[in-house]
Amino acid sequence: MLHALLLASTSATAPDVIVFAASAVVILMGALGVVTSSNPVHAALSLVMTLFGVAVLFIEQEADFLAAVQIIVYAGAIVVLFLFVIMFLGVDRAEDITTEPLVGQRPLAYVFAAITLGSLIAMGVTAHWVTGAHQVVGPIQGHVTKNPSSPSGEPAQLGKQLFTTYLFAFEATAALLVIAVVGAVVLARRPPSVHTDQEDVNESELSA
Amino acid sequence: MSLSGAWYLGLAAIVFTIGAVGLLVRRNVLIMFMCIELMLNAANLTFVTFSRMLNDIGGQALVFFVLVVAAAEVVVGLGIVVTNYRRRATTVADDLDSLKG
Repeated sequence: MLHALLLASTSATAPDVIVFAASAVVILMGALGVVTSSNPVHAALSLVMTLFGVAVLFIEQEADFLAAVQIIVYAGAIVVLFLFVIMFLGVDRAEDITTEPLVGQRPLAYVFAAITLGSLIAMGVTAHWVTGAHQVVGPIQGHVTKNPSSPSGEPAQLGKQLFTTYLFAFEATAALLVIAVVGAVVLARRPPSVHTDQEDVNESELSA
Repeated sequence: MSLSGAWYLGLAAIVFTIGAVGLLVRRNVLIMFMCIELMLNAANLTFVTFSRMLNDIGGQALVFFVLVVAAAEVVVGLGIVVTNYRRRATTVADDLDSLKG
């Protein structure tokens, strides 16, 4: 079954294979870099590497709009936020990751990882992927333009579905973003009445 | 046309596992957050792959929502990290043990 799945696509050309292999190497190197680098800044830059690789695979699968959003939102906003916090807190030093604070946790983590990967792959191999329910939401029309006057292609399809089928969820994400912004502001501002010891030290240093 | 979807799903499974291991092994809260981002990206890759295999735009719409939720999660999570750093001057998860009996 796995052989049939892996060789199922007859239309894959050599550039497709090369693009996938290169992206897979970049993604895996970046992912391992996030986990193994002792410096948080290096981990954040490795995360950018993984995100770019995933964006390339999005383009390879004709999800062009999502690839652009992936780079803008993830690499442009989220990783920059990570780097900002790392620099702001001044924790951009290498830390000791060779010592194991909780004895026996790492072997257990690797066992857990083997179970996770094994069950994911077993599920992919044994599951019946053809559900018979093709196109629950709507087809991807790709780059086929039947009527030049009406917008088509994947971004147009995605936008149409977001504002019709998923309209309620879309509005809910708007509310979620507002709540997140308000929450971040509330977390970041200091209450004026509470004086911590750190503040007193700073004030005494300033007045001295 | 690109490769069979099984390659993409396998790659996504590996990336998800790496993220899960990082979340379990690492102690720095910031790096634990990055590992969560890795797992979310693996799920996104799976969504896009199934979207292509089933020729259904719904998978891509879900990726859009995952992106929004990830952005909101990072904003609030990093806010908590900064607030916590002000009080305790640490980003190591093991040091946050004030609820320990």
